[in-house]
Amino acid sequence: MGTQVKDVIIKPDAPNTLLLDKHADYIAAYGSKKDDYEYTLSEYLRMSGIYWGLTVMDLMGQLSRMNREEIIEFIKSCQHDCGGISASIGHDPHLLYTLSAVQILSLYDSINVIDVEKVVDYVKGLQQEDGSFAGDKWGEIDTRFSFCAVATLALLGKLDEINMDKAVEFVLSCMNFDGGFGCRPDSESHAGQIYCCTGFLSITGQLHKVNADLLGWWLCERQLPSGGLNGRPEKLPDVCYSWWVLASLKIIGRIHWIDKAKLRSFILACQDEETGGFADRPGDMVDPFHTLFGVAGLSLLGDEQIKPVNPVFCMPEDVLQRVGLQPDLLS
Amino acid sequence: LQMCFGVSSLSESREQNQYQFYNLMCLFFYFRDRKEWADLEPVPQDDGPNPVVKIAYSEKFTDVFDMFRALLKNDEKSERAFALTAEAIELNAANYTVWHYRRVLLQALDKDLREEMKYITAIIEDQPKNYQVWHHRRMVVEWLNDPSEELQFVAEILSQDAKNYHAWQHRQWVMQEYKLWDGELEYVEELLEEDVRNNSAWNQRHFVISHTSGYSAILEREVQYTLKQIKKAPHNESAWNYLNGILQDGGLSSYPGLLEQVTELQDTCSSPYLTAFLVDLYEDALETNSSSYDQQETLNKALELCKLLAEEKDTIRREYWNYVSRSLQNTYGSGDPVSSSSDPPPPSSSQQPDTEPSDP
Repeated sequence: MGTQVKDVIIKPDAPNTLLLDKHADYIAAYGSKKDDYEYTLSEYLRMSGIYWGLTVMDLMGQLSRMNREEIIEFIKSCQHDCGGISASIGHDPHLLYTLSAVQILSLYDSINVIDVEKVVDYVKGLQQEDGSFAGDKWGEIDTRFSFCAVATLALLGKLDEINMDKAVEFVLSCMNFDGGFGCRPDSESHAGQIYCCTGFLSITGQLHKVNADLLGWWLCERQLPSGGLNGRPEKLPDVCYSWWVLASLKIIGRIHWIDKAKLRSFILACQDEETGGFADRPGDMVDPFHTLFGVAGLSLLGDEQIKPVNPVFCMPEDVLQRVGLQPDLLS
Repeated sequence: LQMCFGVSSLSESREQNQYQFYNLMCLFFYFRDRKEWADLEPVPQDDGPNPVVKIAYSEKFTDVFDMFRALLKNDEKSERAFALTAEAIELNAANYTVWHYRRVLLQALDKDLREEMKYITAIIEDQPKNYQVWHHRRMVVEWLNDPSEELQFVAEILSQDAKNYHAWQHRQWVMQEYKLWDGELEYVEELLEEDVRNNSAWNQRHFVISHTSGYSAILEREVQYTLKQIKKAPHNESAWNYLNGILQDGGLSSYPGLLEQVTELQDTCSSPYLTAFLVDLYEDALETNSSSYDQQETLNKALELCKLLAEEKDTIRREYWNYVSRSLQNTYGSGDPVSSSSDPPPPSSSQQPDTEPSDP
């Protein structure tokens, strides 16, 4: 009667201390290696890439090493006539990159370098009749975009500009029999989508609609014997789920249901001692995406070398305090 | 906020990509040298932040994307532009701007959408974990208003990876949009035969039944089916979640014969999920104040199981099991309320250095 649990084994020589300086060096150098093939290939998500890099640097107290002026100019060049913002110059606007841009400008307290009213128009224009949000004019619907819409508007102080009731109705229609959420109604529950939906419900003040015990149980079930977290049943652990799952648990007030020590040791094992940065799982190649979520996860777990991170926005708490945002959390 | 598989597949395929482009470089006739393209001025990459080091992309990548930018700039809608989008997609299928442009051209040039279906089929087969390719396919299906190939195609993709999240979304969309429910339950059962722990398949089962017969008439059939699968592979979170999910409305403790059947499984098919299920069942009995259950005995059994899970069978989640235990005691016990140091702290404190606002 084999139990066949899908998991990784952490080797005894895996990193077990936090190498913050190496991670800061890795991120600081990442932007300058523009001849790197991987950097080129990821141009289509550049705005998010910059957000990941800046946020993790700020969490590590190293934001000053990044080039503020150039980044702000870059963002200005990425706003289109419709108000939406693209991942990079010459790319089409999209809600994902509009949020990333607004997050970056919030970090830099420079929101007004873009046309805020037009951003609001763009976001409003993407709301559908059923309350959902499309990612762009081509109409892909996903609860990720519901989150992007309200997070963007909240950072701009313009949440009242959309049809909130319908938006909430749509997200709640994506709640499944196991308490989780998927990308559209009936889609399989997935930790990334759950983060977006609980984040959405926090921003819109509707967390009481969540079945916190049921969802909390589903989320803490993501923890595997290695200590790492997966995104849905019978999948391998991945360090980015340290964020999606953990932040969701924090939002619904049940973060203590995770074995923190075991998770911390998994996250630390995902570091690369030579290059700096975090990979999805121990031994794999690092990238800025997993680096942010590894560090952010450690912050949620209480590591005092890292700034407190806000579980809804994945931004430093002090930035949100400056903006004046206090999204609800359940207790 | 990019879903991981957009990024990590970048790393995984990086070696493959680099090998491919070294190969292609030798054979590729650069667009900038082709006389049919001579009228276009290539537009170089503008990274915004001034690069300190001169950019040295792979030659082909630069060539193709410089041309692409030139076409975009001129808003050119031509056959050569259409051909170029295919080159660009081959180099980077995640670039959503290229896909947008291709769709604009498909309409502007009134291209053969059947050919486009063949094209997108090949692309997805090569790169099945990419949002853009699936969204593109959906658009073509909508334009053609023809879903006839879809279920077969998705089944093929799922045969390579039975949990591909995009594939399942596409499948659900096709089925709902075009009302193609026939045979899906059989398909789900086939998948569960192959891998009874496939959570996507269990989710699909719920999807099909909810949208067709509903659960009332066939609940017993589903309960028995699920218990049968559990006997085959006891350590199966999805099956237990499914069982719990379909019985929620009616209540676990009042379902005839359920307690007996599950208890029977304890000897041969024990797992933390089974034990957790029993706890849920007992909790339901307490909550509904069921006359079929001795309340005190039921509470004791539930507490005993929580202790077993916390201390032995599921220690990684001991905080959760202790919480359940305390909740049960506080709600149904006849003594003083129980609390512990690992209870959720009152709102004014937090697990982090205190920067969180204290909510009333």
